[in-house]
Amino acid sequence: MRALVAMSGGVDSSVAAALMLDQGYEVVGATLKQWEGADGAMPLAGCCTVSDAEDARRVAAQLDVPYYVLDYVDEFTEKVVDHFGEMYAAGKTPNPCIECNRRVRFSVLLERTRALGCDVLVTGHHARIRHDAAGYHLVKGVDGTKDQSYVLHMLGQGDLAQVRLPIGEMTKTAVREYAAGMGLRTAAKPDSQDLCFIGAGSYRDFIRERFPDAARPGPLVTSDGETLGIHEGMVDFTIGQRKGLGVALGEPRYVVGIDPTTATVTLGTKDELLVAGCQVEDVSFVSGRPPVDRDVTVKIRYRAQPVAAKIADEGDGSWRVLFADPQAAVAPGQAAVFYHGDEVLGGGTIARAVR
Amino acid sequence: MIYLDHAATTMVRPEARTAMAPFLDDVFGNPSGIHEISRRAKNALESAREQAAELIGAAHPLEVVFTGGGTEADNLAVVGAALAGGERRAVVTTAVEHEAILESVAFVETLGCRVDRVPVDGDGRLDLAELGSRIRTDTAVVSVMAANNETGVIFPLADVAATVRNTPALFHTDAVQAFISEEITVATTGADMITLASHKFGGPKGVGLLYVPRDVELEPVIHGGGQELGRRSGTHNVAAIVGMVAAMEVSVAERKLMHDRVAAIRDRFETALLAAVPDVVVTGARSPRLVQHSHFRVPGVTAETLLIRLDQEGVAAAAGSACSSGAIEVSHVLAAMGMSDGEAAECVRFSFGWSSGTDDGVEAAERVAAVVAGLR
Repeated sequence: MRALVAMSGGVDSSVAAALMLDQGYEVVGATLKQWEGADGAMPLAGCCTVSDAEDARRVAAQLDVPYYVLDYVDEFTEKVVDHFGEMYAAGKTPNPCIECNRRVRFSVLLERTRALGCDVLVTGHHARIRHDAAGYHLVKGVDGTKDQSYVLHMLGQGDLAQVRLPIGEMTKTAVREYAAGMGLRTAAKPDSQDLCFIGAGSYRDFIRERFPDAARPGPLVTSDGETLGIHEGMVDFTIGQRKGLGVALGEPRYVVGIDPTTATVTLGTKDELLVAGCQVEDVSFVSGRPPVDRDVTVKIRYRAQPVAAKIADEGDGSWRVLFADPQAAVAPGQAAVFYHGDEVLGGGTIARAVR
Repeated sequence: MIYLDHAATTMVRPEARTAMAPFLDDVFGNPSGIHEISRRAKNALESAREQAAELIGAAHPLEVVFTGGGTEADNLAVVGAALAGGERRAVVTTAVEHEAILESVAFVETLGCRVDRVPVDGDGRLDLAELGSRIRTDTAVVSVMAANNETGVIFPLADVAATVRNTPALFHTDAVQAFISEEITVATTGADMITLASHKFGGPKGVGLLYVPRDVELEPVIHGGGQELGRRSGTHNVAAIVGMVAAMEVSVAERKLMHDRVAAIRDRFETALLAAVPDVVVTGARSPRLVQHSHFRVPGVTAETLLIRLDQEGVAAAAGSACSSGAIEVSHVLAAMGMSDGEAAECVRFSFGWSSGTDDGVEAAERVAAVVAGLR
């Protein structure tokens, strides 16, 4: 059996490659070149950089496995970066890592795994795959603080059959200890924080330059309809945002609405931020079928805790989520992921809040 | 493992290794010194220069300038000629040169030199009349490669030389890829300057030479202690220079033999491949090509996938161009030949060489056919 390990140059995917060797697989390491500068070179800052590819290459060499850089710049630009800009232009808050997983990593790369002579695709995500008589299950990673099951909710049975996530079985500390024990150069490398295609700069500057439509100014108003001023672009705002609003008001105000047709940004109180539920589109379920009679919790942001909710099919792949208690900062564009305990049931993209 | 990437680099010939050994050992002197150990190094250096001059038919040993490789020699020829005499003068080249030329040309363009890049047709052939029309009274240098490093398509240097001859311009040729199998001399090329790179013909990496007559004025691109008549400063890499010239000597002596042998291996490869995968398209098939090159595409199979699979099957081959990260780049050569990005992304280069085995071609064709069958 041969494993294609997507190596980002970070410690998790480095250790994932080593663990697959331990499990008796032949390993092929690959870094996805997803983004490039005007000169065609990989960027120097950010996560998808020349130095990251170099770290991955050196780790692969230390593990004595072949290593390649695969060119996915065109796919990534079209399916992730352009989508990122379009979402901001639509007044939404996208999650490009999820789009990358959905439309590049676990679609075109996964489909290509066999063509590259490999049987399974391996990534360094902190999530687990379980298999039983009912099929494959996607479960939170052992390390609750690093769990990445949220960004993998789009995986289905066919995907999970061909994917391995060895890092999900370990805590981050254990991953680093393993890497240090093997003397891997990435053992103490900090986790990447930036979006890989933006690098050291601000994503807002990136969007302003590349997607001016998402940066068009518009009115800044209160929920009572009072105009407070003109803002410098929707890209500066996310539902629930409190800082950097550009106005000083007596009491804490939050972004409670973004209307892309008029580029209007509405500020309101914390209470006005609370919503009863949300409409979720492009919904898929890990098992291939909606859950029946299972307690569901819903996670609406990468950093949020799942909260109790009911989900109801609205047809057209769209589902309505009703939270047990009203939730703040439900941002269209973010993923709503359905859990039962530690297990991911499925999820989709938040289309709008339901008040 | 079947090594089919000789156009990228070659195995060091045993003759080169043997010739180099003393200079990595007790004859370590700096040839610019005054004492005995320096004199021995200097003597070896100048013997190598005489030998190299003879092998390329230079009139005088000092017409051979040793450089740190083919790229450096190309830079010296193009940048040096364009900026000679403190002037900024024009450069004419082709759209399909190696990056060492194209980036040098782009550099002098930023300094204000006019630059013309002559296109090629779909078979990679150069329009000589077009080339001639681009040469003007202020053209400092016309740089046309002897053969393309990606496709292997050979340019008619004698005709280019005739075109340049009645103009004030110098004629430079990058013969890095051609030297191993084509007779490259001052007389056969008709060039005023010739670039060679050691590692393409069984010498060590990091050393090359520029043939350039002493009366040709060049602005140096590397400044320092004034070695190589001031044209290329820096302490001589004596071992590498001696190794290069030893490899050059063997290459020239065995050139005819190697030409015919490699041509047979390459032709058997292409015959077998086309028999097994009939829709394979060979690039530049209607043009004169270097005998060691086979550049082709398998429709529907990307070079990236094919090369990775072949690596797993023990065949080392390449796409024409790769960036520093190792990702495959869209080739400017294939774009200039009018190929679409999609077609260009399917092109691979198999290049045979002095260390190729007689059956390497047929064996490689079988492995390509098996991989392609599995992918389809």
